[in-house]
Amino acid sequence: MTAADEPLIVMRGVTKTYAGIRALDGVGFAIREGEAVSLAGENGSGKSTLIKILAGAEEPDEASITVAGESFARLTPRQSAGAGIMVIFQDFSLFPNLSVAENIGFSAELHAGHRLVDRGRVRALAARTLERVGVDIPLDARVETLSVAHKQLVAICRALASDARLIIMDEPTTALTEREVRVLLGIIRRLKADGVAVLFVSHKLAEVLEVCEHVVVLRNGRKVAEGPAGEFDAASLARHMTGRDVAEALPSPLADGAPRLLEVRGLSKAGAFADIGFELHAGEVLGIAGLLGSGRTPLAKALFGLVAPDAGRVTLDGREVPLGDPLAAAAAGIGYVPEDRLTEGLFLTQSILRNVGIGRLEAHAQGPLLDVAGLWREAEEWLRRLAVKAPDPAAPVRSLSGGNQQRVVLARWLARGPRMLLLNGPTVGVDVGSKAEIHGIIRDLAGRGLGVVVISDDLPELLATCHRILVMKEGRITDDLPGTATSEADLAHRLAS
Amino acid sequence: MKLDLTRNETLVAGVILAFCAIAAVVDPGFLSMPTLTDLLRGGIVLGIFAVGAMLVLVSGGIDVSFTAVAAFAMYTTTLLLVNWAPGLPWWAAFLVAMAIGALLGAFNGLFIAGFGLPTLIVTLGTLSIFRGFLLTFVGSKLISNLPPGMRDFSRLMMVRGTNADGSFYSLPWAFAFLVGVVVVTWTILYRTMLGRAIFAMGGSMESARRIGIPVRATQFFVYVYVGTMAGLAGIIHASMARVANPFDLVGLELSVIAAVVLGGARLAGGYGTLTGTLLGVALIVLVRNSLIVLGIPSTWQSVAIGILILIGTGLPAWQAKRAAARAA
Ligand SMILES: Nc1ncnc2c1ncn2[C@@H]1O[C@H](COP(=O)(O)OP(=O)(O)OP(=O)(O)O)[C@@H](O)[C@H]1O
Ligand SMILES: [Mg+2]
Repeated sequence: MTAADEPLIVMRGVTKTYAGIRALDGVGFAIREGEAVSLAGENGSGKSTLIKILAGAEEPDEASITVAGESFARLTPRQSAGAGIMVIFQDFSLFPNLSVAENIGFSAELHAGHRLVDRGRVRALAARTLERVGVDIPLDARVETLSVAHKQLVAICRALASDARLIIMDEPTTALTEREVRVLLGIIRRLKADGVAVLFVSHKLAEVLEVCEHVVVLRNGRKVAEGPAGEFDAASLARHMTGRDVAEALPSPLADGAPRLLEVRGLSKAGAFADIGFELHAGEVLGIAGLLGSGRTPLAKALFGLVAPDAGRVTLDGREVPLGDPLAAAAAGIGYVPEDRLTEGLFLTQSILRNVGIGRLEAHAQGPLLDVAGLWREAEEWLRRLAVKAPDPAAPVRSLSGGNQQRVVLARWLARGPRMLLLNGPTVGVDVGSKAEIHGIIRDLAGRGLGVVVISDDLPELLATCHRILVMKEGRITDDLPGTATSEADLAHRLAS
Repeated sequence: MKLDLTRNETLVAGVILAFCAIAAVVDPGFLSMPTLTDLLRGGIVLGIFAVGAMLVLVSGGIDVSFTAVAAFAMYTTTLLLVNWAPGLPWWAAFLVAMAIGALLGAFNGLFIAGFGLPTLIVTLGTLSIFRGFLLTFVGSKLISNLPPGMRDFSRLMMVRGTNADGSFYSLPWAFAFLVGVVVVTWTILYRTMLGRAIFAMGGSMESARRIGIPVRATQFFVYVYVGTMAGLAGIIHASMARVANPFDLVGLELSVIAAVVLGGARLAGGYGTLTGTLLGVALIVLVRNSLIVLGIPSTWQSVAIGILILIGTGLPAWQAKRAAARAA
């Protein structure tokens, strides 16, 4: 039993080295019952590593972890779960082949020590937990068939299904829209009231400051700041994380008479979107805002040929793009960065360079041979431009931190030099500093005549990058707003109404 | 139930029906008890093997050594009985063979779960080791004079009868073992947390480790279980064939895995059903037993099986892809 004033978890001197890189260097802090602690830091600063150590998924080189008065040099997953630590992993760590109900109930059943399966009990638990989070996902659906947002919600439910003393959330809101985020923040408040501790990681600083009492900032594996949340604001937090001031620029004005690049007419798909029509000019950044289920992702997929629309036409540079054929879309010069990059976009076990260079094989072909050196040089150049934090470009992508994996996908498409890019959530899971950098890259690309479509839940992001913003609701475009003359509040209002 | 064409089971069942229909047209005597009992008898050993192989595929691994385990267990047990305990009843022989199978399975498990080596590499290695050890150190001579216990077993018939045309048919009690294996495996896979853990590991090994599933112990269990099943299949094979031939069985492993894959199990792990596995076995046995009826030379067997695998696994994959494109 813990004394009333003794913290639930105390970590001291947590150190972890991966192949010579210090991911964590003597980090220590405490978490009290009923307290939400935010762990902030740039991509690759060691947040997920610390969480994996607490979850028992990684072995620290050195550490002293005290959980409810009991000391450990390292935790195993069983000890961790046994001590009431439940984790929402950044990559969800779900079982794609199992049903929603089983995924949600698995940890709880396992750690309750049940040996036999009781489907009724599991389904009841899953249904209850989904209801708590306020979402409706069919219990028998296989997780692999779900959208990213639903996968993330299932991961959240799995952690909530057990009676936890500490719930760790590693970027739990990356795929969620405003509504689900609200519900989650509400749940965190209730958990705190019940005496459950929460360790929360998010790059959305507003969320962090809203629910957390205490903030710990990591930079390059070291703790650089710690204190009550009241002592930080978004700007100072960003400064601690990056060690510099982060400022957002505005999109440069669109040149008059820019040629029309993309034209979409009457694009429809039953059950997803209807009668979509818009144009995109060279050098223009067009935003698409919409809630989950508004049809924005099916639309983006349809433009890239991953979904075959029922009707409509798409022309690029005046030439018709065949519908429902991603290869033709790519050949026509359309690039698509998917929403679920961690599972749809990367070859996790392949090297970073290969992941970037894969789309450029033809361009570097010399007859039947491949100009490997040229290919690598180009890939390295893109890694550098996107500031991917990778010790060794030949290392597998899976060894990168979550945010850096995202940049690798971006680098791959940019390396192909497309005419236009469809970016579905370009900075999901990317830290504030790099986010500003990626926005800079988007503006820069547009400045060179590329057409860019940005689909995002992050309203400030849309306002900071887009010349024009389309609002989608129930599969239709309901508004076409100029980016510079729109306020965040106005946009939020139009989305919700 | 809705007919789901993206499922392998539906497709395989359809092919089996079509195959039977054609065979019945070509040979009116095809739809008869002897055909059925031949099919069931032919499916006993393959079926037990296939259930074990499916369990391994579901867990995210692959085992190609089970035929060598079976041959080893079968031959060693027979030799032990012949030389030291000819009077043992058949069930004691079965227990010995299963114990030997479990031991060899544990050897696989030690390398896979203990040292974390890739399953294909380990079992390819042990396939050669078990077989080589058997032929070099245990023996390579055919034992055609089986101990009385095993002979007794081969005479135990569940069903026996005479057809209208005077031909005999029978189904040995060995078939009950296939049923037993299916029931036990079904119970483990769908009614115990151990079985769910096997599915979970096949879905994502890393996720399984992270939520605290004892992955090593579970993996170890899987390989011991297949070993035990292989030992059982081996001794049943010898009893039914009334001869213990150390050169038998090895070489069947790819057909067995083919049957399992045909039934919908994925080589990448996490997917597989007992229904599918049994249908896959049924189809392969049917093709083996009855191509002759259709007037197709038996040398075409492997070509036919190959085509079935391509269609049986390719078509559902293609349909799933189309369904995904339609669904947005
Ligand atoms: N399995 C691994 N092998 C090698 N290096 C690794 C591995 N996992 C993480 N690293 C390295 O450890 C460092 C910290 O990574 P970590 O995932 O903890 O970052 P993070 O703070 O969670 O970042 P993000 O915000 O992008 O998720 C990074 O430099 C990363 O490249
Ligand atoms: Mg991380």
